[in-house]
Amino acid sequence: MQFDSFSDFIAMGGYGFYVWLSFGTCALILLGILLSSLNDTKRILASVKQQADREQRIKQAKQEQKS
Amino acid sequence: MLRKHSYLQLFTAVCKKDLQLAFRQRAEIVNPLLFFLIVITLFPLAIGPEPGLLARMAPGIIWVAALLSTMLGLDKIFRDDFHDGSLEQLIASSYPLPLTVLAKVCAHWVITGLPLVLMTPLFALLLNLDSQSLVATVFTLLLGTPLLSFIGAIGAGLTVGLQKGGILMSLLVLPLYIPVLIFATSAIDTSSMSLDYSGQLAILGAMLVVAVMSAPIAISSALKVSVS
Amino acid sequence: MWKWLHPYAKADRAYQLCNTLLPYFAVITVVCMVVGWVWGLAYAPADYQQKDSYRIIFIHVPSAILSMGAYSSMAIAAIVALVWQLRNAELAVIAIAPVGACATAIALITGAAWGKPMWGAWWVWDARLTSELILLFLYLGVLSLYHAFEDKKAAGRAASILAIVGVINLPIIHFSVEWWNTLHQGASITKFNTEAIDPSMFWPLMVNIVAFAAFVGTVTLIRLKNEILQREKHRPWVRQLIKRG
Repeated sequence: MQFDSFSDFIAMGGYGFYVWLSFGTCALILLGILLSSLNDTKRILASVKQQADREQRIKQAKQEQKS
Repeated sequence: MLRKHSYLQLFTAVCKKDLQLAFRQRAEIVNPLLFFLIVITLFPLAIGPEPGLLARMAPGIIWVAALLSTMLGLDKIFRDDFHDGSLEQLIASSYPLPLTVLAKVCAHWVITGLPLVLMTPLFALLLNLDSQSLVATVFTLLLGTPLLSFIGAIGAGLTVGLQKGGILMSLLVLPLYIPVLIFATSAIDTSSMSLDYSGQLAILGAMLVVAVMSAPIAISSALKVSVS
Repeated sequence: MWKWLHPYAKADRAYQLCNTLLPYFAVITVVCMVVGWVWGLAYAPADYQQKDSYRIIFIHVPSAILSMGAYSSMAIAAIVALVWQLRNAELAVIAIAPVGACATAIALITGAAWGKPMWGAWWVWDARLTSELILLFLYLGVLSLYHAFEDKKAAGRAASILAIVGVINLPIIHFSVEWWNTLHQGASITKFNTEAIDPSMFWPLMVNIVAFAAFVGTVTLIRLKNEILQREKHRPWVRQLIKRG
């Protein structure tokens, strides 16, 4: 461990603002694109499911009409 | 399908048609020039009329204005042909599309680039450019504007099928213009210090040769995507 | 090799491949990123010249490397898409582009945050910074061109053409900017010492590069899966996927 205390670690020898700024934005951007991609997956799967369910219902309704 | 005409005939025919169309509605030729002139007038008004400062900034101003005014005309290069369906005919014909595209880009340069080169002495006068730099400016524009037409036509081909392609095209094309801008302005800078600037011109020429060889292929595949 | 590779031109096989690869990439990302960041931030020794501000290198360099790596892989996918007419490769182009744009943005932001304490300015027209900025424009161009098309088939091909044009121009742009920079301003900028970097800093950097590469791979796989699903929405295999899941 390079730093004696936690406050030293945060201060980064006086460069804390710049170091944490860059690591913070990096983490934010990475998390942002990861979450939005995962969210897309969920959205697409939900829409596919919705479509499938609808087709199922239409099929059922048609069968009921026939009988 | 039979090919009744030689490639040279095809080239001249396409060129002639585009030039005739442009000369019939002269606004197409005059408007980019007027735009160029107005942009150049804006700069002294914005940064001050001091002759030394203007002469120092003139190469940059002239080249940025040239970039913007060729952008204006680019939108037109394939749009009319796309709308009246003749572009589809050209793609469907048995003649090689890259050659047709080459002819169209050449015609486009004669309409937009060449007048710009011819008018440069006037603009140089406005910006207090000395005669040495003026010669360099004319040379770089002579080599650079066809390069701009070729690179820009790729963007125009990609966006021709889109409703609002104009702004998108400038977004795609302007980053690709950067090397041309850098070498051209540096040639003019070097000449103003009365040094040899043939190196920069040679690089511009090399880029032009590469563009003439490869850009028509890229443009024609872009057009095929846009039309299909 | 073609026999082995060819089945992956089919969407469902490609989807399965993504699914099998995804956990490996995800595990590598998590492990390397945690190790790399903790090592880089807390355990690596401070630089004798730049003190602790140099720690930005542990994200700046990986993101810069990956911004270019992602562009070249995007261009390779684009060439494959145009030459062999593989639709999956087109989807890969579109899957990589946003990730690469993010890497480029991170490289620019961290570069600025590093530049402020070292050079005294947030932005310097340094050759590398400038060409990174132009790279971001190229990424944004590919993305906005793709989203401008209604017909996604044409959009994929148009974006592929632009990616290839961009990759041909990229070295020209890079060298011209570098040359322009040496012309306009001398070596006023003290770059990070190029002499052999100390092992105590080199290894955490390597771990971070691997972490970043694995992250780009993970997100690209997720996005590629999304694109495949989106396109194959109405195919039976997607329906079965829903039933099973």
